[in-house]
Amino acid sequence: MKDRKQLVVSAIKDGTVIDHIPAKALFKVIDILGLDHIENQITFGTNLDSKKLGKKGIIKLSGVFFRQEDLDRIALVAPDVKVNIIKDYEVVDKKVVEIPEKIQGLVKCVNPMCITNQEGVRTKFDLVSRHPVGLRCHYCEKITGANNMVIISSR
Amino acid sequence: MVGKSLVSIDDYTKDEYLKILELAARYEEQPRQGILQGYVIATLFFEPSTRTRLSFESAVNQLGGRIIGFSDSGTTSASKGETLRDTIKIVSNYSDLIVMRHPVEGSARWASEMASVPIVNAGDGANQHPTQTLLDMYSIKKTQGTLDGLSIFMVGDLKYGRTVHSLLMAMSKFSTTFHFISPDELKMPDEYKQHLDKLGLAYHEHKDFTDIIDEADILYMTRVQKERFSDPIEYERVKNVYILKNQMLENTKENLKVLHPLPRVNEITPDVDDNAKAYYFTQARNGVYTRQAIITSILGLN
Repeated sequence: MKDRKQLVVSAIKDGTVIDHIPAKALFKVIDILGLDHIENQITFGTNLDSKKLGKKGIIKLSGVFFRQEDLDRIALVAPDVKVNIIKDYEVVDKKVVEIPEKIQGLVKCVNPMCITNQEGVRTKFDLVSRHPVGLRCHYCEKITGANNMVIISSR
Repeated sequence: MVGKSLVSIDDYTKDEYLKILELAARYEEQPRQGILQGYVIATLFFEPSTRTRLSFESAVNQLGGRIIGFSDSGTTSASKGETLRDTIKIVSNYSDLIVMRHPVEGSARWASEMASVPIVNAGDGANQHPTQTLLDMYSIKKTQGTLDGLSIFMVGDLKYGRTVHSLLMAMSKFSTTFHFISPDELKMPDEYKQHLDKLGLAYHEHKDFTDIIDEADILYMTRVQKERFSDPIEYERVKNVYILKNQMLENTKENLKVLHPLPRVNEITPDVDDNAKAYYFTQARNGVYTRQAIITSILGLN
């Protein structure tokens, strides 16, 4: 009974731990990474106490490793996550995420008159500003910002 | 630019602008020649725009090219529910270059990715209309002898007017001083002002349309449209404030020219038309030469 916390979110042998996810972004992160299509063991926790975020979420994936470019996609909703790579119960690598320069099919364009909203064309954006986030639509050239960003579900 | 679509004014570099303007001057000297003989140009106008379409078609016809297309999507299979993608793929098979106007923003960029021939954007909703910008620049260069160091005054709807936005972006590549005259509701959006800030270019905003224009080299008028106002009383108040009358030109510079993308409603009174500083009808004629330069450059014929 030394550490009850371990029972809540147990350690994994090999895999990836994504920590410091803002609690309200957890399900978006799950969606962006397409975790509902993975057959490996996955443990989620949400509304855990965090000094930094107030309420945080955490995801532990057993036997799953991501490419950096896939991890970077979650930076749009969870820019400050900490990603730990676990091998044999040890953290062997720590990663941070960065919003990619080009973003495809992940975010909805804010402009209702845009071809991506009118004819179901897959969205494409260029990152024009990081703080605050600004994405310029490749088609209609309008800027979608953090305050009006809608993530397109992977399904 | 050979074989490349022209969708947005940013698709061309400063050098490419200048190349097009030089060529346009050559076509102005000799607008009728057979350089497009044997070529088929498609003009697909999914929404009507008579002036723009006629300008393109005149440009092509004068160079001996043939036109296929439509002037209103109501008469095409688009009205049967055909997607833009399919229409573009089909017309790619029938033509060497496609000129298109479409009400949906970004449609021209999308079409350029679907088409096997180059696309020239003749307006995609409120987004881009690059051939208008190039003909504006041609008119400025022709009347002022240069594009550098000019004072450009933009008047009217600076918020929604795509022509003023594109002209600002293009002319910001030259050492231009901008003046913006508009009601508060229709001010130049911040993103364009920030762009000028970044480049260190001077701009001034004015609410009143007064003798401030005496400093102008170019006065670029636009239409204040009723549908932009949520308050009809506000529109009634504003619509008569941003009107250019002949007497206002009295103390303006000798070299001043008044431009307008047309159509005009009441924002320039008819008595201005006879003033030597009125240039908007010649500006429209310049559109033919500029479009000849654009089409032949893309087809690699110069």
